[in-house]
Amino acid sequence: MGATSNASPAPLNSALSSFPSLKALKFTTKQQELLIRVSALALIYVLAFVVRLFSVLRYESMIHEFDPYFNYRTTLFLTKNGFSEFWNWFDSESWYPLGRIIGGTLYPGLMVTAALIHRILHFFSFAVHIREVCVLTAPFFASNTTLVAYFFGKEIWDSGAGLVAAALIAICPGYISRSVAGSYDNEGVAIFALLLTFYLFVKAVNTGSLAWSLASAFGYFYMVSAWGGYVFIINLVPLYVLVLLVTGRYSMRLYVAYNCMYVVGMLLAMQIRFVGFQHVQSGEHMAAMGVFFLLQVFYFLDWVKYILNDIKLFHSFLRITLTCAITVGVLALSIGTASGYISPWTGRFYSLLDPTYAKDHIPIIASVSEHQPTAWSSFMFDFHILLFLFPAGLYFCFKRLSDATIFVVMYGLTSMYFAGVMVRLILVAAPAMCLVSSIAVSATVKNLSSLVRAKSKSPQGSGKPLSGSKAAAKASADQSLPFQKNGAIALLLGALYLLCRYAIHCTWVTSEAYSSPSIVLAARGHGGGRVIFDDYREAYYWLRQNTPPDAKVMSWWDYGYQITAMGNRTVIVDNNTWNNTHIATVGRAMSSYEHEAYEIMLSLDVNYVLVVFGGVTGYSSDDINKFLWMVRIGGGVFPVIKEPDYLVNGEFRVDKGAAPKMLNCLMYKLCYYRFGEMTTEYGKPPGYDRVRGVEIGNKDIKLEYLEEAFTTSNWIVRIYKVKPPKNRW
Amino acid sequence: MECRLPFSLVVFCLVILSSTVRSELVISSVEKWVDLHSHIVRVVSFLKVENQGPYDVSEFVLAFPDAQAKNLATMLVIYLEEGKIIYSEFPINSTKPKSKQSNMTFYPVTLPKKLEKGKTAGLDVYVVLTNLLKPLPKEITQAESQLLVYTDNIYYTSPYHIRNQSIVFRLPGRIESYSEYSEMRLVESELRYGPFEEQPPFSYSPVVVHFENNNSFAVASNFVQEIEISHWGNVQVTEQYTIIHGGAHLKNGFSRIDYQANPSMSGASSFRTLVARLPPMSHSVYYRDEIGNISTSHLRGDSQGTQLEMELRFPMFGGWKISFSIGYSLPLHDFLFESDAGNNVLNITFGSSIEEIVVENQIVRVVLPQGSKDISVKSQFPTKKSQELKYSHLDIVGRPVVVLEKDNVVPEHKRYFQVYIYYKFNNIFLLGKAMMLILGIFLLFLMCILYMHADLALSKTSSWEEETEGRK
Repeated sequence: MGATSNASPAPLNSALSSFPSLKALKFTTKQQELLIRVSALALIYVLAFVVRLFSVLRYESMIHEFDPYFNYRTTLFLTKNGFSEFWNWFDSESWYPLGRIIGGTLYPGLMVTAALIHRILHFFSFAVHIREVCVLTAPFFASNTTLVAYFFGKEIWDSGAGLVAAALIAICPGYISRSVAGSYDNEGVAIFALLLTFYLFVKAVNTGSLAWSLASAFGYFYMVSAWGGYVFIINLVPLYVLVLLVTGRYSMRLYVAYNCMYVVGMLLAMQIRFVGFQHVQSGEHMAAMGVFFLLQVFYFLDWVKYILNDIKLFHSFLRITLTCAITVGVLALSIGTASGYISPWTGRFYSLLDPTYAKDHIPIIASVSEHQPTAWSSFMFDFHILLFLFPAGLYFCFKRLSDATIFVVMYGLTSMYFAGVMVRLILVAAPAMCLVSSIAVSATVKNLSSLVRAKSKSPQGSGKPLSGSKAAAKASADQSLPFQKNGAIALLLGALYLLCRYAIHCTWVTSEAYSSPSIVLAARGHGGGRVIFDDYREAYYWLRQNTPPDAKVMSWWDYGYQITAMGNRTVIVDNNTWNNTHIATVGRAMSSYEHEAYEIMLSLDVNYVLVVFGGVTGYSSDDINKFLWMVRIGGGVFPVIKEPDYLVNGEFRVDKGAAPKMLNCLMYKLCYYRFGEMTTEYGKPPGYDRVRGVEIGNKDIKLEYLEEAFTTSNWIVRIYKVKPPKNRW
Repeated sequence: MECRLPFSLVVFCLVILSSTVRSELVISSVEKWVDLHSHIVRVVSFLKVENQGPYDVSEFVLAFPDAQAKNLATMLVIYLEEGKIIYSEFPINSTKPKSKQSNMTFYPVTLPKKLEKGKTAGLDVYVVLTNLLKPLPKEITQAESQLLVYTDNIYYTSPYHIRNQSIVFRLPGRIESYSEYSEMRLVESELRYGPFEEQPPFSYSPVVVHFENNNSFAVASNFVQEIEISHWGNVQVTEQYTIIHGGAHLKNGFSRIDYQANPSMSGASSFRTLVARLPPMSHSVYYRDEIGNISTSHLRGDSQGTQLEMELRFPMFGGWKISFSIGYSLPLHDFLFESDAGNNVLNITFGSSIEEIVVENQIVRVVLPQGSKDISVKSQFPTKKSQELKYSHLDIVGRPVVVLEKDNVVPEHKRYFQVYIYYKFNNIFLLGKAMMLILGIFLLFLMCILYMHADLALSKTSSWEEETEGRK
């Protein structure tokens, strides 16, 4: 940016003189800057999209992981049957026999967005399949996020910082992890909505314009419709307002922005059935309401102060009003909570504030790997240089404190805390990290380049300014501040190096770690070639084709969405873990003896049982490794199941030394049925489990109430048929 | 036999037909070969026909029991005179006078040359039958082989007197049991009955063969082929299959360890791969199903054709079902020709590209380019024809689609049957879409230019406000 504004018009003129027709196109410096800015932004836009296509190139255009399959299935339903049907959809294929009211228990933003894009494309007669739209929704919104990041950066600092922010967020691994092609999840559009809401709100605070704050209310509405993470907005924004109040930065602009955004945003958010009246009834949303009333009190006091013109009188009035307001507020809150009108905080919210809460109280939340506290290494993995740039950016923010920078500092600090509590919330922190870091990069580079440029104006500056540090050192030898230019160049090169490393790291992480669909597994074979394990789809497709259409499949809840979406069969539990008792029932069945489990399965009308087993291939996230969670969740509701029964001296084993209950429970039997006859590795005894690295303890497994129906080619998925009850006579 | 029939014109004709027929022709010898190697039954009968009547005869009647006629996929008749092939035809085209009483279906064959009195001619009848092999037992375990039963008439079913005949069954392997007759011989995998002498018309005596057959029993219950023509030079073919293993059903579940440990002994009747023979020059081949790509397939190509070896998602056992689709592109000039009247002639081969498969219901959808006119279809066999419209990328009026539907298609259809589609297409339409795109992008840029040059009303008011504020 700096170099362009310095370009002298003379050489440009001479260069253009050979093209007389182009002479008319001579740009002014401002136009050049605009051109470069727009083209850089366009390139970033494309880059953000393209870098997320690794998974499509490596594998295929497919939906990834678990939750996206549900989203895909609902989107398919939406495009086929229309919005009204979708909104009133009672899904009897999941949570058998309870069923699930889909319209009332999901955030429809993502599905509606994809369906809308699909419809628009079809309106322009591009006959694309809805699957392609779903696969590419997340990259498309990631591209849009870069634009928002640009404008946000421009709003809080300058357009240079905006460009850097856009570039950083385009390839930030923390964000890419949830927005690669195929990862069709709420977060894909929600981060866009989140950043958009924040940007519009900051813009509204900066301008005091009703239009911007109305826009931010609509941004908030979109966010509410897309992801449960909107709770972060509805708590961060009041917190920000509170901080501005406390630091004496209250202004009419803030008053207009917050009131409009809160009231309109709240009313709009109530239109989402899943959210409903939570904005006025749930403890998580009370902070926003409290700040709303506080603002009114503040405004009122301001007005009274203006009317009274008497400091003493005003102070006493202030005291009375404040006491009254606080008493009324506390009373309302306590009465609301006591009467049950205001619901207490949910477990997930608690576990955010107290990281150890879930571990002790809600095993179902703790069992999810993405709800674990973040490891230090994954911060490094997901943020790389942003981790170092973040504090530097904070420094610059504090140096030039404004309403906007205060917001971004608060956003950064709070989201960093949440990112530390839960792995998946690194995603929320990613935009903040990029924004704050971009300020650091932009400010540093700008300062340094202005230094370098100031020197190059000296008489010797006719040479190549960046050709070599030695020549530059000679040039600057006679300056008053020795090594200043030299140091600036070195620092610039250092910054360049860092940014290059960042780009390389991000590309590597994207291609290696975040582009696997996790439905199809790939491994290196003996010859170095790629081996594909497509067992999941093999099993789901078998279910889809060769079981009765009304068959009920019991599996651990992880696979529920995939079975309904790909297998098209009814499941007992799925990834929407709304009913803990039901999941505990399945957990209990899995950890009981076969004849006990049979009773449970008959009571649930189960026809098939599906287990995931990695003992042959060494696929470690299988059901045996998840088994202790089944025991814990089952035991949490049914005290018959006791965790110590499955452990030997507190150790989880599957070999000969395993607990007898472990060796005979349903899960063990189903995973290891006839595995004892199988030789998995050369030089190892038959029945050698490659995940646990032991020979299994019970090789003589007989099934009485179930029979093997299907096992995939690498044994990863095993399906058993539940035999019908025997005749009594 | 005929006197019991109710009087109607059709029956009356039949009476006349069969009575005249019987009086004149005699089959001096017939040898019937029944090939039971796959799940498609192929029967070749070598007949020698003698005209003993006083007149020349121009028609010969073939008779089939209804059970066979119902499952008759295709038939080919070759007429020989003194050992030379004179003419071959497909009598399936001809009308079927049907006598309800006798459970017979008759196919009159018009002879290419009148058979003069006292002369003898050869007639080779090649018949392809489906759905006639019944598994017995109906359910088998994974370790057992599949046994099939075939029932037929030991005598050649014919409205004519037969002097000398024999029937031969060619079997793929072990024979479990078979009907005992005095004149019979079993040599390796060939079971021969006969010769039987001097049998009156419609002689019947059942013969049952119970034998082992582990060949892949692939039946496509549904097969939709979409052929999309682009005058830019490409033909895109998409084939959707729903395939059922039509053999003996699997009992007691599927055990992977048995299947892996001893592939030859376990699941002998199952099949894991299907081979599709695509036309030469096929490219951009894909193989996928509703939930994504199927990564296990091999493609081999040579000048004769392209061979796609598809490994199914799971091995197919009796009664199991799978559906998938394959697609490929072909160069247009191999299939599209120009007739003298300025028509485009599209020459497509009917039938499935998968080897040795029975298609219960085939639908071919030929998608012609937008703007095609005067469409007519010529096929050598009866099909249900209809037309509809398809909207694809950037279509405004839609592409005309010719839909052909046919039941009971066997590989023989691919070999002999062609379909010709005539239509008119003005090549100027080729440019339509390109022009549309250019126009669209031009409009976009125009809007951008207008937007950049337009003064936005909002900024104007704000500057006005600043001005007024400044004045104050």
